[in-house]
Amino acid sequence: MMRKPVDTGDPDRLYTVTGGRSRADESFDLVTLIVSESGPVPGMQSEHARILELCRHPTAVVEIAAEIGLPITVVRILLGDLLDTGRITARHPRAARSVASLPDSALLQEVLHGLRNL
Amino acid sequence: MGSATSELPSHRTPLNDAAETGLKIVVVGGFGVGKTTLVRSVSEIRPLNTEEVMTQAGVGVDETSAVAGKTTTTVAFDFGRISLNERMVLYLFGAPGQERFWFLWDRLFSGTLGAVVLVDTRRMDDSWYAIDRLEHHRTPFVVAVNRFDDDTSRYSLDEIRQALALPGHVPMVDCDARVRQSGKDVLITLVNHLHEMAIAEEATL
Repeated sequence: MMRKPVDTGDPDRLYTVTGGRSRADESFDLVTLIVSESGPVPGMQSEHARILELCRHPTAVVEIAAEIGLPITVVRILLGDLLDTGRITARHPRAARSVASLPDSALLQEVLHGLRNL
Repeated sequence: MGSATSELPSHRTPLNDAAETGLKIVVVGGFGVGKTTLVRSVSEIRPLNTEEVMTQAGVGVDETSAVAGKTTTTVAFDFGRISLNERMVLYLFGAPGQERFWFLWDRLFSGTLGAVVLVDTRRMDDSWYAIDRLEHHRTPFVVAVNRFDDDTSRYSLDEIRQALALPGHVPMVDCDARVRQSGKDVLITLVNHLHEMAIAEEATL
């Protein structure tokens, strides 16, 4: 699959989308599930509006990034804006926070059960 | 908006409204080893593609720091999705094993359940680096050998274990990444391994 990285095509676009910001809210994991708490309103930045449309049902951060065609960092910045204004809620993963620790066996048992039933 | 990340049509299958817990498993391997094929065979959605940008400020020291001015590198990866039950959804990431990717590991894959190292016996050298890095990050993993049709050399799993200097506790499994049941079996092998580790860890508490 041939694809063109967004940054080599148009770095200015990323700058514009985030209003020049580059520091993202690291609390948004790739698999944090985002849910809209309200619909888009007129005059809203188009990327914000698009995220609110997408997240009528729970949607992972990584799926939002793929759907709107922006890097993860940029999506995290946009989600921070929406969280600050109460337009979304975030369901964070409960799996291990630190890199080296395992989730508990009960959670893993549930994962196994789910995989076997596929 | 000309520079879309993915050219896939956007007919999305939304998650269940009760979905609350996202989980991650990463498939690592060299170019062309079948990562995307494995993700596709078990995913409930067509694999999507996304990317992360790496800047000097975001990554610390890497080879791009030597270049003057603003330097941005893009790392792209595929992912698929498996709804395990009403509440839990597993995301499966196909990640390139190349060096620059590992600078992003903590930012993207901290909290991952574990990893699958997908191995092609014709290019086993590609797996060394991934195994070394996973051990460094203390991420539990299994090794899955993708048996291609023309896999004429047919090394046994024991021979491959020796060639990769894999410790005995790391599970190994043969697979055909194109076959859904085979892909499922790889994931079950990994989660079984994690479950046994968790039970052992809890027994010491």
